[in-house]
Amino acid sequence: MPKIINIGMNHETAPVALRECLAVESQNVQKALGLMRNLDVVREGFFLSTCNRVEALIVANEVQEAKQAVVSLLGKMGNIPVNEFSACLYTYENMDAVTHIFSVASSLDSMVIGEPQILGQIKDAYLEATREKMSGVILNRLMHKAFHVAKRVRSETDICGAAVSISYAAVELARKIFHDLEGKRVLLIGAGEMAELAARHLLTNGVSAMTVLNRTFERAVEVAEKFGASPVSFEEIEDQLLKADIVVSSTASTEFVITRDMVKKVLKKRRNRPLFLIDIAVPRDIQPEVNKLNNVYLYDIDDLKGVIEINKAQRQEEAVKAQRIVSEEVVKFEKWLKTLSVVPTIVSLRSKAEAIVQAEFGKSRSALDQLSPPQREAVEVLVRSIVEKMLNDPILFLKGKAGRSTLNDYLDTTRKLFSLDEGDESNPAKIIPVNKSF
Amino acid sequence: MEAITSIWFILALCFELIATAGFIVYIIKQQKWVFTTSYWLLAAGFLFHTIFLGFRYYSLGAAPVLDLKSALSFFSWSIIGVYLVIQARFKLRVLGSFVAPLAAFFMTISSAVPGTQTPVKPIFKSLWLTFHVGTVFVGNALLAISCLAAIMYLIQERQIKRKRFDTFYGRLPSLATLDNINYYSILYGFPFLTLGMIVGSIYAHFALGIYWQWDPKEVWSLICWLFYAALIHERLVMGWQGRKAAIMSIVCFSFLIFTFLGVSLLMGGYHSFGNMGGR
Repeated sequence: MPKIINIGMNHETAPVALRECLAVESQNVQKALGLMRNLDVVREGFFLSTCNRVEALIVANEVQEAKQAVVSLLGKMGNIPVNEFSACLYTYENMDAVTHIFSVASSLDSMVIGEPQILGQIKDAYLEATREKMSGVILNRLMHKAFHVAKRVRSETDICGAAVSISYAAVELARKIFHDLEGKRVLLIGAGEMAELAARHLLTNGVSAMTVLNRTFERAVEVAEKFGASPVSFEEIEDQLLKADIVVSSTASTEFVITRDMVKKVLKKRRNRPLFLIDIAVPRDIQPEVNKLNNVYLYDIDDLKGVIEINKAQRQEEAVKAQRIVSEEVVKFEKWLKTLSVVPTIVSLRSKAEAIVQAEFGKSRSALDQLSPPQREAVEVLVRSIVEKMLNDPILFLKGKAGRSTLNDYLDTTRKLFSLDEGDESNPAKIIPVNKSF
Repeated sequence: MEAITSIWFILALCFELIATAGFIVYIIKQQKWVFTTSYWLLAAGFLFHTIFLGFRYYSLGAAPVLDLKSALSFFSWSIIGVYLVIQARFKLRVLGSFVAPLAAFFMTISSAVPGTQTPVKPIFKSLWLTFHVGTVFVGNALLAISCLAAIMYLIQERQIKRKRFDTFYGRLPSLATLDNINYYSILYGFPFLTLGMIVGSIYAHFALGIYWQWDPKEVWSLICWLFYAALIHERLVMGWQGRKAAIMSIVCFSFLIFTFLGVSLLMGGYHSFGNMGGR
């Protein structure tokens, strides 16, 4: 019986310096898979490398040998001696490995729980593994199940619900104020990575128009070009405050760029339309008293960080629910894995045939009842011997493959060919009624 | 007859109370099936309530609003009816968690207040009364919902302003949505109130020979009407929205409740329950 083995390191077990060694090269997945193929002990292999984790997932018969081989492979790839990093590795076997990979795919093992990128990264890595023909029956099933688990976790829990980055938190707050960002106008004051990120998120969430304002007009033009926004000069600030619904400010100014009086003056002209101000700058750009004005909401960087802290705690709570889903799916996978050997496959093949025979006898009961008992017996013998003969060769074939490395493929094919995994969503098994009117 | 009627009342009360409990569980647990169940329980309660009112109407020969018990139950019925329509339109699940308790509250009080058994005066056996009361109560129910939306607005606004979020934050909709519900329910409720007052005065002309006689209820209704008119004016002309409008609509509604209950109970006049039923 082959074993599933997972060896890896993540942001918790290994320092970034070490992860860097293994993860910097963009080609390293292919390289690792190539090296794995040369190892005789590895039957199937999958290699994942992101900035927060390096994982090797293999299927092998000889556990100890395979483990050593993979560890030395990691050492070879990073050009570091094994004893320097072996303490940072974790190793999981069988169902623990399955649990681990399901958790990783569902983003339960991520630095920021619930972050969506990891699933895409795993999908890419899996694609690479199939391209290199390193993924076989077990890993194919395992990875597809992992995607399925991730999807369930995402739809059944609120783990990706609340924003955990500054820019997403800003978008979320904007939605709580305006409901729909469509048709809203953004004013971006100054420049800077975080402000631009927030602006970009607002734009992708439906904001219709954006204006960029800067002390130096050239810089405003430059930033505006990136977003397809319109640049304006600094003197127009009050006029722009009148038009905007959302203001993102991030300048290097040491004084307040927007004061309470300034906002108060435009409020009447705005006819009380709500105004959402996001102040990302340190020192702050917007006078804090602005928040006290009616229908004006001001959030500075610390406020946004506070929001994020709350949301992170909330995700932690949702992770408990997600773990329950993972364990459920692990049990299902274990059940499938157990069927993947010769005897259970033959048993289910026979019982499937028997079920078909019974069903067909049931259908023809009225016709058969008219026969005499010996005739009826003859029909039954006839039917059963046909079924036996039909199944004889496949069964002999499978028995002959026992112990061979290609066995899993044949078992899998057999199970698919005869739809033996009934009630399983990936194998919609149905007995197709034979059309008798030929 | 009386026994059957009271069975419908009890059924309506029970269903509305269970639905209210369901809506409260919904706002805590946030499970959709809890909402759906509560919604249909409330709809069933509304149906029983309607049957009850039908029986009452039939046996009295007049709209069943002539004593405190009936008026409260009728108000509760109007709130639920208006809510069911609004829910179909806005599909805002959390609204039920605010509306159902209010309706159930009035219904519970109604069940606790003793009814009067005096025969109905002939002037009340008129379609004008039904029309007058019907329009006024639909208006009142819409204005009640605008008040609830205003309360929800203030809860949500406070959280966003203070940057401290509790469980309500995720469960309440956006400020814009709440402001819209507040605005539109006033915009639709106000004409009903106006129409109800006009119909009432025509009815008074036929029944009492005078359109307007400065009865306390009439005066207070006029005050409410002026307040709501001012609020709509401020919204349309001055662009009021958000917090100020929310507070104002709560103030307006408290006047309305006073007009509905306070005046009828405390101040006498031909609208008071004492004079209508003759306790």
